[in-house]
Amino acid sequence: MSDQEIIESDLNTVLSSEEIAEIDAELAHVPYKSGAAIDALKIVQAQRGWVSDQSLQAIAKYLEMSAEELEGIATFYNLIYRRPVGDKVILFCDSVSCWLCGCEDIKQKISERLGVDYGETTADNRYTLIPVPCLGACDRAPVMMVGDDLHTHLDKQQIEKLFADSKQSDKGGQ
Amino acid sequence: MEKVLTRNIGPDQMPTDMTAYKANGGYVGLRKALSHMSPKDCLKVISDSNLRGRGGAGFPTGMKWSFVPTEDKCTPGHKYLVCNADEMEPGTFKDRLLMECDPHQLIEGMILSAYTIGADISYIFIRGEYVVAIQRLRDAIAECYAKGYLGDNILDSGYSLNMYVHPSAGRYICGEETALINALEGKRANPRAKPPFPQVSGLWGRPTIVNNVETLCNIPHIIDRGADWFKTLGRGEDSGSKLFGVSGKVKNPGCWELPMGTPIREILEDHAGGMRDGYQLKGLLPGGGSTDFLVPEHLDLAMDYNVIGAAGSRMGTGTMIVLDDRSCPVAMVLNLIRFFAQESCGFCTPCRDGLPWTRQVLEDIESGCAESEHLETLAYQIKYIGAIGNTHCALAPGAMEPLQSALKYFYDDFKQHISGGQCPYHKGA
Repeated sequence: MSDQEIIESDLNTVLSSEEIAEIDAELAHVPYKSGAAIDALKIVQAQRGWVSDQSLQAIAKYLEMSAEELEGIATFYNLIYRRPVGDKVILFCDSVSCWLCGCEDIKQKISERLGVDYGETTADNRYTLIPVPCLGACDRAPVMMVGDDLHTHLDKQQIEKLFADSKQSDKGGQ
Repeated sequence: MEKVLTRNIGPDQMPTDMTAYKANGGYVGLRKALSHMSPKDCLKVISDSNLRGRGGAGFPTGMKWSFVPTEDKCTPGHKYLVCNADEMEPGTFKDRLLMECDPHQLIEGMILSAYTIGADISYIFIRGEYVVAIQRLRDAIAECYAKGYLGDNILDSGYSLNMYVHPSAGRYICGEETALINALEGKRANPRAKPPFPQVSGLWGRPTIVNNVETLCNIPHIIDRGADWFKTLGRGEDSGSKLFGVSGKVKNPGCWELPMGTPIREILEDHAGGMRDGYQLKGLLPGGGSTDFLVPEHLDLAMDYNVIGAAGSRMGTGTMIVLDDRSCPVAMVLNLIRFFAQESCGFCTPCRDGLPWTRQVLEDIESGCAESEHLETLAYQIKYIGAIGNTHCALAPGAMEPLQSALKYFYDDFKQHISGGQCPYHKGA
């Protein structure tokens, strides 16, 4: 959909009324609309899993800013996803303490088990694997998050168990 | 030592609710300040206590607060207190513990700090991955609003404060206070030029103080028990207690509240249990990924800001990362430089282009396809990227700290990679 079409279409068909209500609540705290840009991106992502071009354009229009400026913000932050992700995102810590405790082997095990490398989504769309800066649980390294859950003291058996019911695939979906 | 910051944190690490927090002396400092102390009195106590920022830089908290203009010296409007809970320094895991297990301690510290600087709005800027801490803080804040500890006319004192939890959308650079402010304003988190300093012109152009979680958690205790008491907690020249941590191949990695000035050896051997069997200590980063290596000869140094500084490093966050003799120091530094290159905000050239260049040189060395000129290139990069003033903020100079000290202490390891044409730690692997 082009910019022009978005502008002409009813905004509510792109952003849901729930999303607009949540964005409006954030707008009450900021002196100008673009101040809620990151919040709005997060609100839409919480509903849809990621931020599509169409969503981005609709948010930009609602916040009275250019889509280009909002894109600059969206792509800056690593927890805003501008591509579709699986049902759960695996945030795998590859920072120094986890590296010292052998996270590279664990990463390899996950990649083998799920058939994905960093940035890829499993063929069954259940998981997207992404590296993340230090998760602040270095005393329990290696660690990762799967969705909202922190997994610590990772070893290969644990990876096998955690993803036991996930179909093994040769290639990622992305 | 008497536990102060972790007094409510048990081995099960369950959160402390308001009832339990109050039963153990919680909100006594707040009642005392709101009923008997002016903001000026509070500022004097914090200044006298010599509390220094626990986020890494160690700037005196009272002095930082004193730069906030008083009512008669600034235009009417909001003032802000922001808690920097964006714990992302590699190897740092102390603020998570404080927020997950004792959210009210942080909230009380924030109310007191906001009262002192005259702030009416406060934010907890917390990394988005800390989902447990976010929920527990929100629950605790709701408890405070319900019981009159936040909102209008707190405890009938006439003082009002609102508090919001603001989960971040990511990026290490948000821990830099002016970058954090830009992120709070919904922008890209590029650091701002200073001056103006946030104390004068911060969030939305208004006076703003940004303090680390652990710094703020100290405030209720100092207000309650006084500056002199706080000074007695330290073993060396610095005041108070500190959360020290150890990660890496030690027997008992963890995080403990200990007196400021506790020697490194005690932390490593008595608390972390020493190295795992079969591993020797080769070096350590005393306070996170952007601090210079120390080596076994430094083990008897006290963890005090100036003592560690005099040894050529920084105390940083106080959470040590231990390098063992079976892990490659070149690969460890490469891991750190990869991190910093990735986390550059991209604003200034030495950081945006320099760090990936450094990463490339280190990759060549680690993979065994480097010449001795590579070491000269590293020295050049350290000189230009590491010099404060050549970059827009402290990220790239911080990245050079582990590199320059690795070259100093582990030079033979770098040479062996080059002369042997492979990583000596990964031979045959």
